Amino acid sequence: MIWILLLILAALGVAAYLGGRTLARRRSVGAKPHSRPGQHGAYALIWVAAPALLVLVLGSVFSAPLERRLTAVDTPPAVSALDPFRRDAFFADAHRVGRGGQALQIWERPLAEQLPVEARRMVRIERTLEWGGAIAAILAAILGGLFAMSQIKPRTRARNRVEGWIYGALFVCSAIAVLTTVGIIASLAFDSFRFFQKVPVFDFLFGTQWSPQIAIRADQVGSTGAFGAVPLFAGTLLIMVIAMCVAAPIGLLSAIYLSEYAGRGMRAVVKPLLEILAGVPTVVYGFFAALTVGPFLRVFFNEIGLFLVGGPLDGLGQYLALVQNQMALTAGAVMGIMLIPFVSSLSDDILNAVPQSLRDGSSAMGATKSETVKRVLLPAALPGIAGALLLAMSRAIGETMIVTMAAGLAANLTFNPLDTVTTVTVQIVTLLTGDQEFNSAKTLSAFGLGLTLFLVTLMLNIVAHRIVQTYREQYD
Amino acid sequence: MTDATPDQIAGGVDADRLARLRAGLKRRHARETRFKWYGRLAIGAAMVFLAILLIRIVEQGHTAFYAHTVTIPVYMDPARIDRAYPQGSNFEQLAAEQELARWGIIDDAAGTKAAQMKRLFSSELKYTAAELVAKRSDVIGQTVPIAVPLSDDADLFLKGEISKATPEDQRRLTDQQITWLERMKAEGVIGAHFNTILFTKGDSTQPEMAGVLGAVVGSALMLLVTALIAIPLGVGAAIWLEEFAPKNRLTDIIEVNINNLAAVPSIVYGLLGLALFINWMHLPRASPIVGGLVLALMALPTLVIATRSSLKAVPPSIREAALAMGASKTQTVFSHVLPLAMPGVMTGAIISMAHALGETAPLLLIGMVSFVPGVPHAIDQPVSALPSLIYIWENASERAFHERTAAAIIVLLVFMIIMNAAAIILRRRFERRW
Repeated sequence: MIWILLLILAALGVAAYLGGRTLARRRSVGAKPHSRPGQHGAYALIWVAAPALLVLVLGSVFSAPLERRLTAVDTPPAVSALDPFRRDAFFADAHRVGRGGQALQIWERPLAEQLPVEARRMVRIERTLEWGGAIAAILAAILGGLFAMSQIKPRTRARNRVEGWIYGALFVCSAIAVLTTVGIIASLAFDSFRFFQKVPVFDFLFGTQWSPQIAIRADQVGSTGAFGAVPLFAGTLLIMVIAMCVAAPIGLLSAIYLSEYAGRGMRAVVKPLLEILAGVPTVVYGFFAALTVGPFLRVFFNEIGLFLVGGPLDGLGQYLALVQNQMALTAGAVMGIMLIPFVSSLSDDILNAVPQSLRDGSSAMGATKSETVKRVLLPAALPGIAGALLLAMSRAIGETMIVTMAAGLAANLTFNPLDTVTTVTVQIVTLLTGDQEFNSAKTLSAFGLGLTLFLVTLMLNIVAHRIVQTYREQYD
Repeated sequence: MTDATPDQIAGGVDADRLARLRAGLKRRHARETRFKWYGRLAIGAAMVFLAILLIRIVEQGHTAFYAHTVTIPVYMDPARIDRAYPQGSNFEQLAAEQELARWGIIDDAAGTKAAQMKRLFSSELKYTAAELVAKRSDVIGQTVPIAVPLSDDADLFLKGEISKATPEDQRRLTDQQITWLERMKAEGVIGAHFNTILFTKGDSTQPEMAGVLGAVVGSALMLLVTALIAIPLGVGAAIWLEEFAPKNRLTDIIEVNINNLAAVPSIVYGLLGLALFINWMHLPRASPIVGGLVLALMALPTLVIATRSSLKAVPPSIREAALAMGASKTQTVFSHVLPLAMPGVMTGAIISMAHALGETAPLLLIGMVSFVPGVPHAIDQPVSALPSLIYIWENASERAFHERTAAAIIVLLVFMIIMNAAAIILRRRFERRW
């Protein structure tokens, strides 16, 4: 259906281009035309394509909500009496039956009779919308084409008009970036708002108990549902700190070595290797953490523990002997490895931006290279490096796969790197990949967490960019 | 040069100060050497991490590239095969019992030995045999050799991943099964070969029948959608910002916006996709169209930034020459600037697509965590992508999935290396320095 429609529209477009060109040639006989025939053709083509595309885009965005609205109008009382979750399931089943499939559930007496009726009604609404959309698109194309044809005169400035359209299209492309931001904020804010109606913001931000499991049945155990996100923030912070402890010194020192000491040959080898490290997908790091680093660290600490058990540090030994794979240290260390190339390449850029005259001046005063680096370069580059580290932190906070695969799910409020902690991103994934309940605080809380994550990383990024920017201007 | 300094000034200075300077110099040089070594150690550490990462993946994954197949003669017993409905016959039981009978092993009343024997073969045996009978009904009553993969545990044993030294109750194969496997091996009916199933099949609940093709096709469909949406939009946005945009507040807002979007965590794009494309627009869950849209929005900022820098690299003299010849702004950009910037644009596009290929977190949120058997063929059907398949397999409890996870990672890395190499070659061949 959609392919046939697109084919028809493409044919109309080609016809408009060829027709416009011929018409322009014919009408400009004897006169001195402003634009070339091809430009008139392009103008006609745009007037066919643009309205049709607009109709199609609006149609695909709004058809689903419109369909829901239309279905809701004539809902039989038996169906509208259902709770929202069941009603959605009923409509989903009706949709399935309407498409010639099987219902997933067995519906009882009044509903069972309604099902085929509703199915037919839904299919009818869907067909109407589909056909309506297709006809509207074709009509828009034809009307646009006719308008363009009427405009073909020798004096029409077709080239300028086409260029105006191109300008507009390019502007729309850049505006999409803004729309994406608006979309992110709107979707996060909308669902977060619904979440905060159920759970007060204060409880969410400052509560120390996180257990999003809510009882579906009244007799279920451990099921009040607590949404205090402090343990998640603490876990995220802990893992981020561990990651920065790995990434900051290694990344910074290797950047210094590469930009100040390394010869051409070494740079040519090391830089691409660092780029490989940067290009490894995070799911691979997650696998590495879960099956290599985790077991290695666990065995390491268990051995130390067994060595200490019975000695003066018996308590510590007992604890270390029982350390699990999923400790904060595993996820943090691997995340640190992931961030090394990020920190290194950013710092490299920043160090290279420090003017050579500073280095020369320092050398001329008899300073060694390391003294130049420590007393001249680093102080000069400090704001830039701080910005780079902030960006790395924001990456660490938002990183998902490593922590999902290697950190745990237990929301412990602890700063012990050998304990299992959970992070904001892990919880978002867990809440949204399991069985989702309609409109429950559990599902919605993921959006609350997402909004917090977005705002925090956004703030870090803005601050970091501003610092880097001011610093750059200093030496430009 | 610093070496000479103390000696030069030594003439007029007392010996005490000279000694202090010498000692200080020594200390400073030691510090210099130490600092240099810190740098070397840091680079060494990064390289070691990279090496361990890659070596471990190859070490864990290389065994998945070969597999063991057993060829057993099966007597197609007419009494136990339903001609009209061969799929319903219990071929596995048949083969297991016959194998035992051939060795002269007498089963107990409950048939536990046959059950154990059955577990050495992949359950694919059933489908292979049923297909054969359905195709050629004359095989009923004859003995035909049937080749099937070994079950995942038997395969792991032959690869040395399940050790005989482990106590029997802690390993997945009994002593008896191991004896049988060794006997079959001695008889020469088991053969090791390249694991074609891994590359020609979709996901399966049986590790020995699971492959990455479904996920590769899923990823390809998704990247196609991403490329079709992100590349035109990204290039368009970059052209506007670099060539047309007036210097005003709106442009500044758009610029800051794009820079910030590039640093938004990928999982937030997943939330956007879930709320907008699935919950609001009702696009099908876990489909390449939704995945492609989400990845396109995610790739857009980096693509814009890369394209802008390659447009910036085209010298202004080109633009001025075109304008001087009477070309309009649009003609200048599309006929002169953009073609010259094209290698850079393509490089940026390929690199951002490679990045999108490896992205996992947003895919999990739009539903690509569920098991999808077979190979997808449409952009509105649920699929799994390569990274999400890695995540699914990593979570699977069967041990045989672990080596396959590493193998899938190798496949993913190979694709990424190919894409990055293509970008590098493009850059090397067509890049012009002005």
